[in-house]
Amino acid sequence: MPHVVVISMVDEVLKVINLKKYFTLRRGLLTSLIKREPPKVKAVDGVSFNVKRGEIFGLAGESGCGKTTTGRCILRLIEPTSGKIIFDGKDITNLSQGELKPLRKDMQIIFQDPYESLNPRMRVRDIIAEPLRIQRICKSRREEEEMVMKMLEEVELTPPEEFMNRLPHELSGGQRQRVAVARAFILKPKLIVADEPVSMLDISIRSEVLNVMLRERDTYGTSIIFITHDLSLARHICERIAIMYLGKIIEMGDVETILQEPKHPYTQALTAAVPIPDPDHKREIIPIKGEVPSALNPPSGCRFHPRCPYAKDTCGKIEPETITLEDGRLIACHLYTGK
Amino acid sequence: MPLLQVKNLKTYYQTARGYVKAVDGVNFQIEEGEVFGLAGESGCGKTTVALSIIRLLPPGGRIIDGKIIFNDKNILTMSEEDIRKIRWKKIAIVFQGAMNALNPVIKVGDQIVEAITTHENVSKEDAWKRTEKLFEMVGIDPSRAKDYPHEFSGGMKQRVMIAMALACNPQLLIADEPATALDVIVQAQILKLMRELQRKMNLSMMLITHDLSIIAETCNKVAIMYAGKIVEYADTKRIFRDPQHPYTRGLINAFPSIRGPKRKLISIPGTPPDLLNPPSGCRFHPRCPYTNDKCKKIEPELKDIGERHYVACHMSW
Repeated sequence: MPHVVVISMVDEVLKVINLKKYFTLRRGLLTSLIKREPPKVKAVDGVSFNVKRGEIFGLAGESGCGKTTTGRCILRLIEPTSGKIIFDGKDITNLSQGELKPLRKDMQIIFQDPYESLNPRMRVRDIIAEPLRIQRICKSRREEEEMVMKMLEEVELTPPEEFMNRLPHELSGGQRQRVAVARAFILKPKLIVADEPVSMLDISIRSEVLNVMLRERDTYGTSIIFITHDLSLARHICERIAIMYLGKIIEMGDVETILQEPKHPYTQALTAAVPIPDPDHKREIIPIKGEVPSALNPPSGCRFHPRCPYAKDTCGKIEPETITLEDGRLIACHLYTGK
Repeated sequence: MPLLQVKNLKTYYQTARGYVKAVDGVNFQIEEGEVFGLAGESGCGKTTVALSIIRLLPPGGRIIDGKIIFNDKNILTMSEEDIRKIRWKKIAIVFQGAMNALNPVIKVGDQIVEAITTHENVSKEDAWKRTEKLFEMVGIDPSRAKDYPHEFSGGMKQRVMIAMALACNPQLLIADEPATALDVIVQAQILKLMRELQRKMNLSMMLITHDLSIIAETCNKVAIMYAGKIVEYADTKRIFRDPQHPYTRGLINAFPSIRGPKRKLISIPGTPPDLLNPPSGCRFHPRCPYTNDKCKKIEPELKDIGERHYVACHMSW
């Protein structure tokens, strides 16, 4: 199928338009007899955002909000149900895996768990060189080795000769994650999806891995989608942030604006719940109760309304559309839609 | 007289390659009604300290030396029978991910009743009544005591575990990463509940966590552990305002905050040591920016630098 080439007018590396991903559940015998439609988990339900070139864009929310699914759909690691993904001016939503292959050079991923994401039987040199081999970048083994060595130096696994031939089990968690960073950056991609890249690491190791990642970003001008549940961390890493709740983006904008003056009641609760490393800080009262409901049967209207302290009649009936406020943030809440 | 005194505790794990010195000479005390925080990164020995206190070490774990004095009695020299009278009745513990420890095929209420009747000589009816009261205390509708664990969310299960820990009115509650596996909002709710219960019952508490922000808002006193040793120990406010040990400083600097000025996160170079072969002298010296020869050779003692602020470091601050 020929794909439409959209000429990129602005400096956006990625445009996600109304992305949806529904997971169909397997039916038991009884439900398949009674109901025709198998139940669906609406993991991502109409998400739209842009990522600028060289920007670090945060996707934050509690577990089950759909942030990881969104990240994987963007890279077409799982197939979206509907919506559009425009990468570098090209609609990649319906490209075949074969057509995607040359584009994969420009989009990479860093996974959460460095103990699972590196093949235990491959040596560090092969792990980092694999993207080069798949994309047939190097003309000689020597060239490949040089590139791998340079990358190891960049992520501070030095001297590189010492790390080249190690197996993953010979590395600490922080070192492993730096190998994953090296593997993601070696093709100088335009976009990296970093899915909770440091949440498995100890605090004292974390900033080292993050600083390596940020420096690589500065060198190559790569855009990063930073997926995290940790708002304090997001604040220090990201430039813009989108807060997700049950498969939808409910507030999005400049990271300081959103986190210091949250307007959506959910963002307000979320930011108030974050503990502050300062014993003199008096904690704000968290206005909401309960836990996130199941994405199998999301609440009608605004998905947050059963937990919202400001919920009114409209909220249970009409889903709030996303509007832009004066300060540039996007928000989906009836407190601001005037309904 | 403090409720609990831990003196020179040494707990090692025997492995095929030798002894892992998980806890190597730890001293601290907990006063009545106090919330004591034990903070450190994974593998620093904080959970082993807790397991030593209730003498529930996994196979291979052995307490080599030290005293644990609880209510004037040394727990470490007690018979197994005597320690069972203290465990859960006097000292209760909430483990990390404890909500997954509930038996899936028994109603949650019955599980608490069982905990009560095992430790106290009460009838099932009375135990059930107490269970319903406990449920109310931890913010769950008492009628839900008849539900099975799968009918509860993660945060609710953790509340059930707290109810179970408080079932026999313990004097000391040990909470090992009580909210780590939960989402932030639920985590905040659980910690708030624990603070309220602690105040209401004048409970002494030992909170074990890697998260300094949780320590900051929960504990009166805090001990920072590194590689099996306490490196700094003081009033929580003092530790955050005036950290003395380079490791504590590094840890505080590495912590991002959602409030206050935005700054570059500073990391501590290197990785925590292998406790099979801990570094000589000060265990932090290979990662310390101020290391000198003395640090490599002589182990620093935990010294009072004034106002009960203890630091184990050769640098005189």
